[in-house]
Amino acid sequence: MEKFKQLLAEALEREDEIKMEDDFRNYEEWSSIAYLSIIAFMDEEYDTQLEESEFKQLKTVQDMYDACTKK
Amino acid sequence: MHKEVKSMAYLQYEGVGIAAMSAAVPKHVVVNREYTEVFSKAEADEIVDKTGIEERRFADENTCSSDLCFAAAEKLFADNNIDKEDIDLLVFISQTPDYRMPATSVTLQHRLGLSNKTIAFDINLGCSAFIYGLSVVYGMMERSNLKKALLLDGETRSKVYSPRDRRSAFLFGDGGVAALIERDPKYGKSTFSLNSDGSRADLIMIPAGGYRKMSSAETVVEKVVDEFGNMRSEEQGYMRGGDVFNFVIREIPRDIKNTLALVEKNIDDFDYYVFHQANNFINSYIMKKMKMDAAKIPSTIAKFGNTSSVSVPLTIVSELKGKLVGKKDLLLSAFGVGMTWATGILSFVDCNISEIVEVENGKAV
Repeated sequence: MEKFKQLLAEALEREDEIKMEDDFRNYEEWSSIAYLSIIAFMDEEYDTQLEESEFKQLKTVQDMYDACTKK
Repeated sequence: MHKEVKSMAYLQYEGVGIAAMSAAVPKHVVVNREYTEVFSKAEADEIVDKTGIEERRFADENTCSSDLCFAAAEKLFADNNIDKEDIDLLVFISQTPDYRMPATSVTLQHRLGLSNKTIAFDINLGCSAFIYGLSVVYGMMERSNLKKALLLDGETRSKVYSPRDRRSAFLFGDGGVAALIERDPKYGKSTFSLNSDGSRADLIMIPAGGYRKMSSAETVVEKVVDEFGNMRSEEQGYMRGGDVFNFVIREIPRDIKNTLALVEKNIDDFDYYVFHQANNFINSYIMKKMKMDAAKIPSTIAKFGNTSSVSVPLTIVSELKGKLVGKKDLLLSAFGVGMTWATGILSFVDCNISEIVEVENGKAV
């Protein structure tokens, strides 16, 4: 989970703390460009590919983490 | 042979190749970091840092894809002492043609002074179309008495996308190329893998202006389309970048691997890999995933941006001039609207590449 937070922080270029319950779309660093970086690490580190419509269902950092780790 | 490879649809040809290439781009340079009429300097910088697209070329109102290809073809004829009587086939690739009819290839047959026995038609496909076009022309050349073929590929994508939609405003540019294709045993074997997935037709689209939704007063009205305040009309293109990226990272490495297995080559067996120039982010990702040598990957993303189907041949003309001496093995890979994607494995032998021509008001300057 710590590794996931770190990857997310790198993708967002966010220095402030990331909490699992945060709504990541409310982050100041959230953008359509950060989204591409998130897709990249989800594929690379978790072999997870989500359609944009599936990704839109995710609200919190925890949701994103669950999507990456459920098999 | 690997099961997936056996089920691939592929095309293979022998003894057809590209003898010479040329390209034309609009003279007008758009510097992305200064493209701040609509968006802030900070936003422009962020997009440029991520995509690597520093500059693009924009065609003026008097310049069409056909004009860029015409200028490139004239340069090709002049630099290679081509007898126009020898051109028996002209294929024009574009999704930004002059008219809805007639086909632009036919108007170019006349403008270029080619004879009436020229076979001429258009291919409308998008970013992967140069590889598709090569396979069509190679196939027609291999089993015929056609002397020479001219493959023209031009796009003015700057006219397609809204400058008020940040998801596409900084990406696209214009250009045109010409390739002279001939039969000669020296070229050896070439292999093409061509693919399509129409279930993803809505990832990149211009919804109106065709016959499904014809032009009307309604379709040209710009509207706010998302929570970011991006604006466009239904006659302007849109792109769902996240889904395109997802698609690319899933399909492109797989297609390259399968095509390599088919021809029994390793990824290191090539002199150059030429990718569709979508943006640096996507291309770096594929390069890393495929463990390709960065020194063998020419790029024009920084200076021309995404020119759709033109990007692969424009990158060859711009970056490999003087380097295709002797026999060089190239791997071409492209993907885009459709979705369609393609891999090409072919040899260049002493390909004569011209200097890039600049065009203003529809004419070479």
